[in-house]
Amino acid sequence: MHISPVLWQFLVKWLNASALFPREASTIAPYADALYFFLLLITVIGLTLVGLLVFGFSIRYRKEKHPEAIQVEGSTLLEATWTIIPLALFLIVFVWGALLYFRIYNPPTNAMNIYVVGKQWMWKAEHPGGQHEINALHVPTGRPVQLTMISQDVFHSFSIPDFRVKREVIPGRYSTVWFQATTPGTYHIFCTQYCGTNHSAMIGEVTVLSPDDYDKWTQESTSGMSLAQNGERLFASMGCNACHSGSAAARGPNLAGVYGSKLQLASGSQVLVNDAYLRDSILNPSQHITAGYAPIMPTYQGQISEDGLIDLVEYIKAMQSNYRVQQTLTTSQSNETAPTTPGVVKP
Amino acid sequence: MSATSYTIVNLPDQRTATIPKRNYLNNEDGLLSWLFTGDHKRIAILYLISITFFFFIGGAFAGLIRLELLTPQPDLVASDTYNKFFSMHGIVMIFLFLVPSVPATLGNFLIPIMLGAKDLAFPKVNLLSWYLYWIGGLFTLAALVLGGVDTGWTFTTPLSTHYLNTHVVTAATGVFIIGFSSIFTGLNFIVTIHRMRAPGMTWFRMPLFCWSNYAASILMVLGTPVLAITLVLVALERLVGIGVFDPTKGGDPLLFQHLFWFYSHPAVYIMILPGMGVISEVISTFSRKRVFGYTAVAFSSVAIALFGFFVWAHHMFIMGVSNYSALVFSLLTMLVAVPSAIKIFNWAFTLQKGSITFETPMLYAFGFLGLFTIGGMTGVFLGALGMDIHLTETYFIVAHFHFVMVGGMLMAFLAGIHFWWPKMTGRMYPESLSKLAAVTTFIGFNLTFLPQFILGYLGMPRRYHAYPPEFQVLNVLSTAGATVLGVGYMLPLLYLGWSLKYGAIAGNNPWQATGLEWQIQSPPLTENFIETPVVDHEAYDYEWLAHKTAQEVTTVG
Repeated sequence: MHISPVLWQFLVKWLNASALFPREASTIAPYADALYFFLLLITVIGLTLVGLLVFGFSIRYRKEKHPEAIQVEGSTLLEATWTIIPLALFLIVFVWGALLYFRIYNPPTNAMNIYVVGKQWMWKAEHPGGQHEINALHVPTGRPVQLTMISQDVFHSFSIPDFRVKREVIPGRYSTVWFQATTPGTYHIFCTQYCGTNHSAMIGEVTVLSPDDYDKWTQESTSGMSLAQNGERLFASMGCNACHSGSAAARGPNLAGVYGSKLQLASGSQVLVNDAYLRDSILNPSQHITAGYAPIMPTYQGQISEDGLIDLVEYIKAMQSNYRVQQTLTTSQSNETAPTTPGVVKP
Repeated sequence: MSATSYTIVNLPDQRTATIPKRNYLNNEDGLLSWLFTGDHKRIAILYLISITFFFFIGGAFAGLIRLELLTPQPDLVASDTYNKFFSMHGIVMIFLFLVPSVPATLGNFLIPIMLGAKDLAFPKVNLLSWYLYWIGGLFTLAALVLGGVDTGWTFTTPLSTHYLNTHVVTAATGVFIIGFSSIFTGLNFIVTIHRMRAPGMTWFRMPLFCWSNYAASILMVLGTPVLAITLVLVALERLVGIGVFDPTKGGDPLLFQHLFWFYSHPAVYIMILPGMGVISEVISTFSRKRVFGYTAVAFSSVAIALFGFFVWAHHMFIMGVSNYSALVFSLLTMLVAVPSAIKIFNWAFTLQKGSITFETPMLYAFGFLGLFTIGGMTGVFLGALGMDIHLTETYFIVAHFHFVMVGGMLMAFLAGIHFWWPKMTGRMYPESLSKLAAVTTFIGFNLTFLPQFILGYLGMPRRYHAYPPEFQVLNVLSTAGATVLGVGYMLPLLYLGWSLKYGAIAGNNPWQATGLEWQIQSPPLTENFIETPVVDHEAYDYEWLAHKTAQEVTTVG
């Protein structure tokens, strides 16, 4: 912010009270608003200029005042002026907008992760601790929060206007958005991409809590199972451990510590193992053969819901040693079935 | 050249003029003579009637949408019905009104005359394109009558292919067929402008209306096939499940977005460029000046057309395109805004040192300048990457494209219709009523769409059937504005209809304009010119016109 912070605070307070302006409830909001006011300013100046020219000439050169038109060819100097000045202004806007874009879409590395699944017509949030919420999201102030989002059916779009963030939620791929809330309170979550009958009812509420209240909320609403634990059950029940056992003779690669590493593929290329890669190699395994292994893994397309995939990914993420796999093996042999994940992917 | 001027003296008395005994309207009689006509002027009239019909259908849906949004509760219609309303509003207005409006009516009527030709290059193809327009229109109407379609005008997959049980394929077929009508019109214009200019009509003596329609034609011919392919893929995906856009079959839903916007962004320029041509003609005529920087205005049309093909991904900044492609598309979007800015200033400076009068077309043109400036500048908001994140998919977008396409395009269309009405029909419209309509439209438009910018920044999403109550005040204002706007659009329908029978006889050149179309009788002969004209002057050469008029007065006197 290049204007005086005191003046800015005063302005924001006044704007928030005027009901013509959304609340500023994230660290990004003031940056977005600064660009907004700059754009508003050049729009008003441009419009005033055009208005002054049109009305000025209309009064000065109206027929009664100026019965004979004087023909003018044009003017290279004038035309160069009104080419270069808008171009310069637009380039300033471009750079400013690009910096803001990178600020909004590049999360800090210490951000806490929450998963969001969009479906007709609700938002389902899943916290790593296993807390599930429908059309609601609880976040603490003062901590960067990253949302990893995916749609189970059609395009949705996750928008919190008071935070000035929005991101398309796309079927078949993870997208992310991050924010750091500043002010406790409740704010709208909208679905802004038209998604069918109840598009306008796909509204949620994000509740911003102080860090203490957030901890309290986390403890009160826990389901007792973290996402990784759910994933572990699922891993066992789907029989993944039969191949990904972590032993030297296993038919599948060892998954411990694989998250975040670079993996050598049979095709010769290297990939970074992240959420999107893990999801994709469960659904389309034949396209991602790890070097040194036979392409025998079947596809799990249609057998695991997006929620289940998130659980599996969280499990693999958290898998630091083969000890957990062995544990899982034991668990699965103990005749105890893992809970099936709710909801099945629509065709 | 710069400081001389001539006074137009002793104009022939317009009041004693009569409608010429023989003209294109009465040359042949009977419905069949219209349905099988090859005359570009008659086809233009057929188009004018057709698009007016669809405009009021699209407008009725707009009215219903605004009425529903009067209250935050979903109380007028069910959500599915509301979704069908805005889908039909979009599909009808874009494909059946905005895209064909100026090219198919005014362009069809005027381009051959402005070039000094007897007709378009392919008269039968021209008639065919009108039939295709109607066949496509009937498919769209069928989709409506059978129960509607609720995809929105964008037909977004996988919603349109897997999750809706409405008449998606019928509506898509309609749009597919209308696309061919558009391609044929564009092709006809390009060939006509290249091959059929009268002796002496060089490229840089062409009226700017021809230049802007030429640029729009390039977009029609190159862009529309991509839309057609996309719709075929949507239909195949829906009917047989080929899976091009389906992630569960290895397809990519973002591919649809790329293909769709590759046409649909240039389509905005297909809509607005011909309107810009109208504005050049009108402002020049009523300030009695050549257009300031003719060459720059001509080339800026072509520049918009070319740049227009390289900005489509700015519709996808929040959809996970890579950061670098987002940068490139944002930069290109900023560049495409520059030619529009150039035009605005050129038009404003055309007024300088002119001799300005304020007839109805001029009022509409002034309205265009104001509204298009706002529309263009708010486009810069959306082209700026970080700002786009907050504004896209909200009412800010709705307000922005209505400012460009309704504030810009429709104002230009009405300016053009009023400007050339005397040429098309031989009669004038009632002056004070038409001025009232222009002012009403302008006020109604601003009252409707300015509040939507604020709603958008507040975060109200588009295509919402019900909304949180804090947005109500601005929505009520918008609906009130839409009512005024509706009155503004009904008025011309009434008085223009009235003028067909009771309007004053216009005479050949009521505005004392320079274009070739004003040098022939009103309404024109079927063959336009008795002998091929030889052009020896630039467009907008008012000195030439003054000479010519003076000579005519001498000969007659």
